[in-house]
Amino acid sequence: MSIPEESVETTEQPDVVMADALVVNDQDDGSDSGEYVEYWIDLFLGKKGHEYFCDIDTEYITDRFNLINLQKTVSKFTTVVQYMVDDLEEGIIESMSPARLEQLETDTRKLYGLIHARYIITAKGLQKMLQKYKAADFGRCPRYHCNHQPLLPVGLHDIPGIDCVKLYCPSCEDLYNPKSSRHSAIDGAYFGTSFPGMFLQGFPEMCPKHPTKRYVPKVFGFDLHKQAQLTRWQELQRLKLEKLLITKGINLNESGGYQF
Amino acid sequence: MSFIEPSNDSSDSGNYEEWIPTFCSRFGHEYFCQVPTDFIEDDFNLTGLSQEVAYYRKALDTILDLESTSDEEEEKNDASSNSKKDNDAHVTRSIVEHSAEQLYGLIHARFILTKAGLQAMAEKFDRKEFGTCPRYHCGSIQLLPCGLSDTLGKQTVRLYCPSCQDLYIPQSSRHLSLEGAYWGTSFPGVFLKHFKELEDYVEKKNKETYELKIFGFSIAKEAICGPRMQWLRQYPKTDEEWEEFKKCEFEIPKELLEDNPGSQSSDDNNMSSTVTN
Repeated sequence: MSIPEESVETTEQPDVVMADALVVNDQDDGSDSGEYVEYWIDLFLGKKGHEYFCDIDTEYITDRFNLINLQKTVSKFTTVVQYMVDDLEEGIIESMSPARLEQLETDTRKLYGLIHARYIITAKGLQKMLQKYKAADFGRCPRYHCNHQPLLPVGLHDIPGIDCVKLYCPSCEDLYNPKSSRHSAIDGAYFGTSFPGMFLQGFPEMCPKHPTKRYVPKVFGFDLHKQAQLTRWQELQRLKLEKLLITKGINLNESGGYQF
Repeated sequence: MSFIEPSNDSSDSGNYEEWIPTFCSRFGHEYFCQVPTDFIEDDFNLTGLSQEVAYYRKALDTILDLESTSDEEEEKNDASSNSKKDNDAHVTRSIVEHSAEQLYGLIHARFILTKAGLQAMAEKFDRKEFGTCPRYHCGSIQLLPCGLSDTLGKQTVRLYCPSCQDLYIPQSSRHLSLEGAYWGTSFPGVFLKHFKELEDYVEKKNKETYELKIFGFSIAKEAICGPRMQWLRQYPKTDEEWEEFKKCEFEIPKELLEDNPGSQSSDDNNMSSTVTN
C-alpha cells in the first residue's frame, strides 16, 4: 500500500465534509467492511444512461500494460486508477475538498471510458458485450426492414471529446443516433471505432442476413418514378456484388448473406 | 345518480369541447392534423366510407359534435329508463366513439392529400412533429408519416425519410400502435411531388455513407461481416454509373449482369432464384 505522492498536496484542507454518497462506508466499526462497500464500478454502471457500458475486470485495470498511453489523459493518474478499483485509502478521500472530489469523479469516469474502449475488444470484453447485444441493451434498429435488429455502439473517433456515441446496425450496415438523449451524450471514444468490426469478426454467427426488401413511395399504387429508378439501380449494384461473391464461392444463405 | 352523470357531461352545452381539436390534442395523437368541418360535411369526400366503419351515421355526428342534441332527445324520451338500458347506451357510446376515431382517421387520410391538407401537414413537418430521421448521415431531417396499407387493421404507422428514402419505426412507443391507414400509402409520394423543393434539397445534400473499419482498415467484401449493404445508400457518381442509372429507367437491365465470364451456369441458376424470390 504505497500512498502516492500527489496525496500530500491535497491534505492542505482538513475540512471533514462528509465525503460523498459515493463512498457508502459510514460504518465506523470495521476498517474494511467488505459487504457495505459499494464498488465504484458498480455504482458507475448502475447510473441512469450508463446502460451501454460493461464492467471491466479489476485485474485488467490494474495491469499497467493495458493502460499504456493513457497516463496523459487525466491528471493524478495513479489516484484515479486507485479510486476506480476502490483501492484508495479512506483518509485520502476524506481529506479532499468537494471540488477536488468532483474532479476525481469526472477523471475516473473519463479514464474508465477509455479503458472500456480497449477492454471491449479483448476476448473477455467481447464476451461481455455479446451478452449485452443479445439482451439488446444498445437498442434496436429503427429501420422498418431490419426487423428490430439489435445494435452495437461505435465511436467515430478514438480521441475523446470529439463526437458522441453512435449505433451501428449489422443488418443494414448503417449508423444511427441513439434514441435517448442521455445516451447520445456519451463520448464515442469510450467504445472506439473498431468495436463493431471486432465484435462481428469474433462472432460471425451474430452477423444477420441482410434484408433486401425496399420501400418505394407510391401514389395510389404507382411507384414514384425517380425513387423507383434509384432503387432499381441500387438493386443492380447489389446483384453485381452478389454475383461477384458467388463466383468467389461464398455461400450467401448463411449469416452475412442476403434475406430474400 | 351515477348513471345520469355521463349523459350530463355530454349534453353540457355550456362549454363542451369540440371533438376534432380534443382528438388531435390527445397524448400520442401528435401526427394528426385537424380536418376542417366543411371538408367532412361534404358528402362527396366521404364516398365509400359508410361501408368501412360501423355506426357510420352516429360516428359522423360525433365528429361533427352533433350528437349532444340527439342524445338529449333520447334522454327525454325515456326519462324513466332503468339502469340496464342506461348501461347499454354507455356501451354503444364507447363503440360509437371508437368508430368515430376510425372514421376520422380515414377522412384524415383523404384530407391530407388535398391542397389544404398538404399545407397543414407541411406546417407540422416544419415543426418536426413527425420526428427526425434516426440515421446519422441524414442529419436529423424531418420524417413523413406513412401507412403500408389503406385498409384498417393491417399495419401501424411508419415514417418515411425523404433523404435516405427508407422507412422507420416511430421512436416513441405512444406512436407504435397508431393505425397506418389513417395516413394512407400515398401520402409521402403526394407530399414529395407537391413540395418539389424538398426533393431538390435532398438531391443537393451530400450523400455521405458509413463504412465499418477495424483500426482504420476496411473489411474485405468476402468476410462475413464485410460490407454487403453499401448499395442501399449508394448514388451514381461516375459517368459510367449514370449511364447504368439511365438504363434502369423501366427495369433492371439483366444484360449488365452477364458481361462477366466464368461459371456461367451456376450464376444463371442463382440469378433466376433471386428473381423469382
